[in-house]
Amino acid sequence: MKELFAILIGAMLIENFVLSKFLGICPFLGVSQKTSTALGMSGAVVFVNTLASLVTYLVNDLLLKPNGLEYLQTIAFILVIAALVQFVEIVLKKLVPPLYKALGIYLPLITTNCAILGSALINVDPARDYSLLEAVFFGFSAALGFSMALVLFSGIRERLETSDIPESFKGMPIALIAASLVSVAFVGFAGLVI
Amino acid sequence: MAGKPKALSVLTNGFLKENPTLRLLLGMCPSLAVTTLAVNGIGMGVAATVVLIGSNVVISLIRKIVPDKVRIPVFITVIAGFVTIVKMLMEAYFPDLNKQLGIFIPLIVVNCIILARAEMFASRNGPLLSALDGLGMGIGFTCALFIIGSVREILGSGTWMGMTLTADLFDPATIMILPPGGFMVMGTLIALVNRLSRKKEKARSEEAAGGCAVGCPGCEKAT
Repeated sequence: MKELFAILIGAMLIENFVLSKFLGICPFLGVSQKTSTALGMSGAVVFVNTLASLVTYLVNDLLLKPNGLEYLQTIAFILVIAALVQFVEIVLKKLVPPLYKALGIYLPLITTNCAILGSALINVDPARDYSLLEAVFFGFSAALGFSMALVLFSGIRERLETSDIPESFKGMPIALIAASLVSVAFVGFAGLVI
Repeated sequence: MAGKPKALSVLTNGFLKENPTLRLLLGMCPSLAVTTLAVNGIGMGVAATVVLIGSNVVISLIRKIVPDKVRIPVFITVIAGFVTIVKMLMEAYFPDLNKQLGIFIPLIVVNCIILARAEMFASRNGPLLSALDGLGMGIGFTCALFIIGSVREILGSGTWMGMTLTADLFDPATIMILPPGGFMVMGTLIALVNRLSRKKEKARSEEAAGGCAVGCPGCEKAT
């Protein structure tokens, strides 16, 4: 239990995917204009990342490791993730239409979200030596951390819209500067020892 | 079909006019994550360039036999293949750099630049032009990473390419090599590029300012 709590705090705050590991910057900047879209994207990422952690861990453990094929991790994982996203899309469409409606347009974007492939690769890092449960939980917590950063940031960006910004900084540059200030807050967590 | 002027413009397109990092705002993750040192920027840039050229050529060769519906999975598999090759080469010949860049080498697979060029250029043009496009974009990417890396290294560690520049006269601002510095340098550089290019062409700069909002999800949406 204690280990799981350590993973949760570590993945959400200390090693926040977006703000301290720079994973998933594209969706972080791309869909953060409105809080509602940010929430939709967050839901999709949490859902897919938890599933993807489970599946990629199993693929690595049962398929690649016994055959000494670890060097195929990158190819295997990206294919698994792409297939999984398609699969989730079809299943949701059929079984849970309201959820599909809410997450629908964000699902295809997730395949190329480096947070997903990143957490799959981190999970199988020999140095971490995660068990299946820990790996899945890490995927879940990392996605939660991503969501937290995304939703927090979208609130800031909504306000930026109405502020007076120098011409050259309009759009992406000011968003990056704002992200920089948000990430200053997260640097503070780096000192946390758990 | 490729007259000389066209080939040249395809090559130079990626340097400035459509610089993938600073103008099209693609591939932000590695641009921010690995640029704590100028050398890392070059290493990352060269690795991505090799993948870009390789995948562009292969994709342009197979573009006519791949059915439209499955083209994205096919492209991703080709890219992942090249990434694996590059990763193995780096492990063998540049183990230190490989350790520094870490997870971001395998993550070249999901770098928007590569898939975007496959989708926008290589799937519509011949292999020679695609190779040139890959080279041009790669050089543009490498230069951008090198610039960001240099600024962050000089301000954050007081060194450049490993040489001490400040002669230890003052303490460098460590925050520049921490994550916030990455965002800050990137934002300021893009603003600078926006300003310079607006002086030249007023209309074009607006397009670049809204670039990522459309660009990144735009290229992802192709999936």
